[in-house]
Amino acid sequence: MSSDARDAVGDYKAGWHDPEQATVRFNAGLTEQVVRDISELKGEPEWMTDIRVKAYHHFMARPMPTWGSTELLNSIDFDKICYFLRSGDGTKGDWDEVPEDIKNTFDRLGIPDAEKKWLGGVTAQYESETIYHSIREDLESQGVIFLDMDAGLREYPEIVKKHFCSIIPYQDNKFSALNTAVWSGGSFLYVPKGVHVELPVQAYFRINAENMGQFERTLIVAEEGSSVSYIEGCSAPTYSTDSLHSAVVELIAMPGASIRYTTIQNWSNNVYNLVTKRGVAHENSTIEWVDANVGSKLTMKYPAIILKGEGAHGEVISVAYSGEGMHQDAGAKVHHLASNTTSKILSKSISKDGGRGSYRGMVTVSKKADNCKVNVVCDALILDENSRSDTYPTMEIKNSSCRCEHEASVSKVSDDQIFYLMSRGHSEDEALALIVNGFFEPFVRELPMEYAVELNKLMALEMEGSIG
Amino acid sequence: MSDKGVVEIHNLHVSIGDEPILKGINLTMKKGEIHALMGRNGSGKSTLAKVLMGHPEYEVTDGTVTLGGEDLLALQPWERARLGVFLSFQYPQSVPGLQVGNFLRKSVSAIRAENTPKARDFRKELKDCMELLSVDKKFLGRYVNDGFSGGEKKRLEILQLMLLKPQLAILDETDSGLDIDALRTVATGINSSVGNAACLIITHYQRILEHVNPTYVHVIADGKIVSSGGPELALKLEDKGYEWLEQGASA
Repeated sequence: MSSDARDAVGDYKAGWHDPEQATVRFNAGLTEQVVRDISELKGEPEWMTDIRVKAYHHFMARPMPTWGSTELLNSIDFDKICYFLRSGDGTKGDWDEVPEDIKNTFDRLGIPDAEKKWLGGVTAQYESETIYHSIREDLESQGVIFLDMDAGLREYPEIVKKHFCSIIPYQDNKFSALNTAVWSGGSFLYVPKGVHVELPVQAYFRINAENMGQFERTLIVAEEGSSVSYIEGCSAPTYSTDSLHSAVVELIAMPGASIRYTTIQNWSNNVYNLVTKRGVAHENSTIEWVDANVGSKLTMKYPAIILKGEGAHGEVISVAYSGEGMHQDAGAKVHHLASNTTSKILSKSISKDGGRGSYRGMVTVSKKADNCKVNVVCDALILDENSRSDTYPTMEIKNSSCRCEHEASVSKVSDDQIFYLMSRGHSEDEALALIVNGFFEPFVRELPMEYAVELNKLMALEMEGSIG
Repeated sequence: MSDKGVVEIHNLHVSIGDEPILKGINLTMKKGEIHALMGRNGSGKSTLAKVLMGHPEYEVTDGTVTLGGEDLLALQPWERARLGVFLSFQYPQSVPGLQVGNFLRKSVSAIRAENTPKARDFRKELKDCMELLSVDKKFLGRYVNDGFSGGEKKRLEILQLMLLKPQLAILDETDSGLDIDALRTVATGINSSVGNAACLIITHYQRILEHVNPTYVHVIADGKIVSSGGPELALKLEDKGYEWLEQGASA
């Protein structure tokens, strides 16, 4: 296969940046005072300041994880990172009020356009804070709350206080402690009992400044019998120095509720993406993580589901693409705590140009959880000799009535496969695109059509001459 | 143009690495003719098929190949396909995630270009071909050759032959591994396509030639065509084996 054909996959298209327009920029480095200043600037209640400070001390004391890519983790210089940066002057409800450069950025990313066509609500975060927010009136009138997290805390402190850190305590890991200490922005989504949000709501996270740390915090609560689909997109400019994206996302699906959380991350290869995502599913509820990880220097992310109530169902469907200088250490965790719970994990990873993809998964079934079903499939596709793929599956099944299936495959694109497709009139690029597209097909099928198109573009799979 | 649809292979020498495989192949094929190429394992049959399609593993060290006067050897595999070369593979590759229906539509569009039928006409054409090959509609939703039986793979190859309408059809051991019913079906598909093409059927056995009537039969040994004749040559091979010809070649 020619290097041109391989190059055509995964070129980074969102790598431009705007001149920085900070109205508030904290000095680089993290101290207790920085944490207190963020809280004070936001005018937060005392309990939030307290939890931030506790989390800060936990972060400082907690050693770095000794698994994943320890070499890359240990090379993060926390003193060089800016922990808070405000651009513009607050969240707007109209794109025309957003500062022009920032609006142009989101225009180029296609967000206002998508909003008009097919979204129920949008928040757009630039650096540390949300600069735009809207929700359709019909959803608002049904009691759906969709705000950035700062506004959520201001306007609904009792709901936030009840759930904040309830699924992912700050002591969970070093990066959940860091996020809890310095979090800013993110989404707060609350769906009342019995309300079905038909159109997906979307948040877009953009890092613009160099050496930036983005620490959004998202909380989604779906009350009994409700349903919602939330989509997040992310990108950042390409710089020679590193940025850090460390989010925490907590989901709560009450009995009979359904939450689908879709992520399309398209980071430049100078971003450390260290994210903790976890949801709790009560009786007969469903939580689905649909997760596309493209780019980043290092991603460590394992969306988790705790199947707490009987009959709950969880799915984690993910794809990861690792090119030159990228390491995707991604996977899934599912804990079956109750009987008749079911889970499905589908992981697809592609590595090329020396990129490294790892699947790290954990499934546990507790002793008292009868008749659970577990299905795990992880497939890797390697596009050249320099690239690497590893699989680290863990299963702890303590109940013998569990039905458990696990499949794993690693394949390489072979010259014979390319030749076969070329003999049917497809150029080398098109042949590779057909193979890569086919590999991702089970994932793309799960995306809303607009996002499937977006992902295909992102993978540079819309190559000349191919027809739909 | 008088040489329209004519395939001329002249003094073709091919190596893989330093090892010569084909040592001077000469062959002329015209539209509507069926040429059967027979020979033992390792004689160079499949190499000829792959070289005509443009497999990058092989190096052409001498000779020329033209189709309708155009220099085939100067073209990339996909350009040859678009010009009208088709290879039915001995071992078709699987492409998980790529649906047969989608693949056929994309390939027809790439190869038949401006003559690509409209979606509705294409569906009709596809349906007719599939009926002729006794292929179920469900086939279209499956992934290309993924988990296919040997017979299903060969049917998909012949389905592509019928839809892609080549000028030169090369069938590399399309008959191997087929039971008699499948062989008959596949032969029907071949017969329906060969009227407008020069057809090169590579085979070990005389069996398929009972269903597809060859105009000529050629025997290849050690990289050269050592004997050519009519259908009776295939029967003689079935009877006497290859040895008598090979002795003749080395003498």
